Amino acid sequence: MSLLSLEGVTVRRGACPVVDGVTARVVHGEMVGLLGPNGAGKTTLMRAALGLQAAEGRITLGGASLDDLGPRERALAAAYIPQEREVAWPVTVEALVTLGRGPHRSTAEADRAAVDAAIGAMDLEAYRGRPATELSGGERARALIARALAQDTPLLLADEPSAGLDPAHALGLMRRLRDLARDGRSVVVSMHDLGLAARWCDRLILMVSGRVVVDGPPEAVLTPGRLAQVYGITAHLGADQDGPLIVPTGLARSELVKKEE
Amino acid sequence: MSRFAGTLAGLATGTAVLFCLSLLTGPAGTPAGAGLAALISGGDGALGIVMREIRLPRALLALLIGAGLGLSGAALQGYLRNPLAEPGLLGVSGTAALGAVLALYTGLSAVFPLALPLMALAGAFLAVLLVQALAGSGGGSITLILAGIAVSSLAGALTALALNLSPNPFAASEIVFWLLGSLADRSMPQLWLAGPFILAGMALLFTLGRALDALTLGEDAAASMGVTLARTRMLAVIGTALAVGAGVAVAGAIGFVGLVVPHVLRPLVGGIPSRLLPASALGGAVLLLAADLAVRVIAPDRDLKLGVLTALVGAPFFLWLVWRHRRDLA
Repeated sequence: MSLLSLEGVTVRRGACPVVDGVTARVVHGEMVGLLGPNGAGKTTLMRAALGLQAAEGRITLGGASLDDLGPRERALAAAYIPQEREVAWPVTVEALVTLGRGPHRSTAEADRAAVDAAIGAMDLEAYRGRPATELSGGERARALIARALAQDTPLLLADEPSAGLDPAHALGLMRRLRDLARDGRSVVVSMHDLGLAARWCDRLILMVSGRVVVDGPPEAVLTPGRLAQVYGITAHLGADQDGPLIVPTGLARSELVKKEE
Repeated sequence: MSRFAGTLAGLATGTAVLFCLSLLTGPAGTPAGAGLAALISGGDGALGIVMREIRLPRALLALLIGAGLGLSGAALQGYLRNPLAEPGLLGVSGTAALGAVLALYTGLSAVFPLALPLMALAGAFLAVLLVQALAGSGGGSITLILAGIAVSSLAGALTALALNLSPNPFAASEIVFWLLGSLADRSMPQLWLAGPFILAGMALLFTLGRALDALTLGEDAAASMGVTLARTRMLAVIGTALAVGAGVAVAGAIGFVGLVVPHVLRPLVGGIPSRLLPASALGGAVLLLAADLAVRVIAPDRDLKLGVLTALVGAPFFLWLVWRHRRDLA
């Protein structure tokens, strides 16, 4: 069964479509990377999938049509980590992570266990009692991810969760997200780090100008030709026993010409 | 006892003590025991009438209006995620004041005393309709702030126009004094008029706790945690209009309570918006009861206006807060 399915999803801003007829599905146990240059429509697509953004087309979440789900049912089906890392008030990390339990009507012990697990998973034990507004950017990002983990949903959508994390925490985050997928959940992450995406995601969806260009395993998606065409870059592509390796090396020739003009 | 429970208990004790002091303070200096006895036994002597008809409504109004202002401030700051938000921002206070000023200006309030609070309430509801219509069903919090500022400015201009065109200096000074805010000479009819609206508004605002907590992480995150943003906004706006509009209707414009109280109490509740709601309601009651006591004790003969005192004390205090936290705010 697919946890998320999109059929011909279109989002218009004015007359111009920012997401244009996207069809995609995410099944249990998958970690899907959503790639594309700035302005490709990744964030808008995620917001549309969650019902945060009005869209045309058919969207189902956990097998049910999005329109048939109430706000709480949606919150129990999918958690979302927005790109903006807003924390308006100086609440402690523990209080912040506990917010993820809001949609649940569970016992205090169950809530506490989920919060403790999320704090542990994001390596935040030492920060539990600290105001989240006083954390560094990376620590705050981890606290916000822990909040979404505490929401304990079958599907997790994260908008550039690894941006601003140091390499150890970025790798830790990708491992954690993939572990979630291995446990039978599904994870969709948008990102710009092609190396991390290629290595950790089971499948990549590449978007340009609101459309899906290609959808498949990392090796099939990230080819030299496509990197030049979509991102305007050249890259060194390889592989080791753990998966593909990709290192961007420079701007593609056509892109250099464009920059000169 | 947790720190939060301790804070609430402290504020509740303060409210109770100040409420009793308010009952016992007035020009007819009465012994404490006799006053309370007269209030409880309901005697028909002069003391009983003073207690029941003058001091009790005044103390109850200070309690309710203060609680309504504090709670609205906390709810709006939580909804807008902005520590500078205050109930006046939505234009509710301005339009309520305009309604009252029109009642004074047209002389309607001289013929029918309750015309003033009723027109003020009508003004508050007009503000809600206008702000909701301007902000639209899909609009975010910025649209709401802009719509509120527009409505406030318009109400301010029309109030100024009424002053400008007032037929004589006495009418003008009557309007100005009313605008300064006061709880002097209020009695039971005003309490019966404003009380139910304030309580209804507060009940609506108290339902917002979980939504405001979730909004700490922004509108998208809150919506993804099951919060309906449009419903939250509607409850915040209508709740504020009821609580603050009814307060302005009987007491005039009283500034600073809704801004300062949540700000002061926020650190004591760990910044959690849902906890700030009851704390700010009690804190607002404490502040207004204390201010209304102060105007009677400091200058019993001069009719010092309540709104003047809250701003006079509130503004320097706020400056001190800004001074202390200027590094955090930068």
